[in-house]
Parts: sequence; C-alpha cells; structure tokens
Amino acid sequence: MAMAADDIAAMIRAALPDAEVTITDLAGDGEHYAAHVVSAAFRGQTRIAQHKAVYAALGGRMGGVLHALQLTTAIPT
Amino acid sequence: MTDTTTHARIAEIVNGNDVVLFMKGTPLFPQCGFSSRAVAILERIGVEYATVDVLQDMEIRNGIKDYSDWPTIPQLYIKGEFVGGSDIMMEMYEAGELAELVEQAGIARA
Repeated sequence: MAMAADDIAAMIRAALPDAEVTITDLAGDGEHYAAHVVSAAFRGQTRIAQHKAVYAALGGRMGGVLHALQLTTAIPT
Repeated sequence: MTDTTTHARIAEIVNGNDVVLFMKGTPLFPQCGFSSRAVAILERIGVEYATVDVLQDMEIRNGIKDYSDWPTIPQLYIKGEFVGGSDIMMEMYEAGELAELVEQAGIARA
C-alpha cells in the first residue's frame, strides 16, 4: 500500500505544527518520496532524534507501508 | 519483541566491529537503493567496514529495529554506537561529519 504525499505531509504537520514540509515524489509512482522537514522543534536535537520525531509523527508507517521515504531535517534559519 | 539471544547476537556484532553496516544484500550486490547508497558512502570515505545481510537472517532483520529503536535498514554502527540510516549517513557525509567521526574514533582507512 502506498501513501499519498499530502497524507505524509499532514501527519508530519500534525505532530510538528510549525514544520515546513516539502514532499517530493521521486519516481512519480506514489511509492518513493523524499521529505524535507524544517522545524524549530529540532533545535538542540541530534540528527537521530530529529529523524525519530518525524518517524514518530508517521505513527509506525515508516519501514512498513512507507518503505522508501528519504528524509532530511533542518532547523529554520 | 526481540528475544535475549538475538539481542545478544546483535550486541556481539555491533561491539565486535569498529564499523558495521546492517544492510539488505551485500556491498557487491545490494538489494535496496538505500543500502546501496550507504555502501557507496562508506566506500567514498574509504573506511574498513563489516556488513550483515539482514535478508539472510530474519531474527536480526527484525531484532536490529528494536535494538536501535529505528524502523528501517540500512543501519550504521561505529564503535558500538548507532549512527543512523542512509539519510543521516548522507547528511553527515556531505557535512564532513562522517569522516570526522571515523577519524576521531581512530579507525583504519581502507
């Protein structure tokens, strides 16, 4: 089962309300996405913690229905 | 849940290798784009590393996700510490941090 890009973005924003989320459908197949998430909540967190926060927002779908999500995180400048 | 035997096996691998990548497939024949990318980064850095093909071992494939509390594979460990998956490896590589980490850990370059 694939997920729609809008659903992915909405789930991330629900957990990180200030987040600027950019989703790119890498292959145009609704299966391979890249997500770039910018949030002030990441300040002071390690990269692992930042990525885990996004994975938590996706409620266990990462590694399951969402196999191919390339993730980058950043703090707003 | 991971049984204690699997957990102990993983701990042995992680602590017994300075640099170890849990991946799908082998460095020569990676079975997933993310694993392929992880291997390419390690090759580019030029460090000696061990790999574990999780496709050959279901217990480790599932257990490693509990071990690190990380949902995906590949997973890189340096000196017993979980470093991240291929996205974090790429971010660290591009920032020069991965080479720095290897350097600081005093790991031999391949």
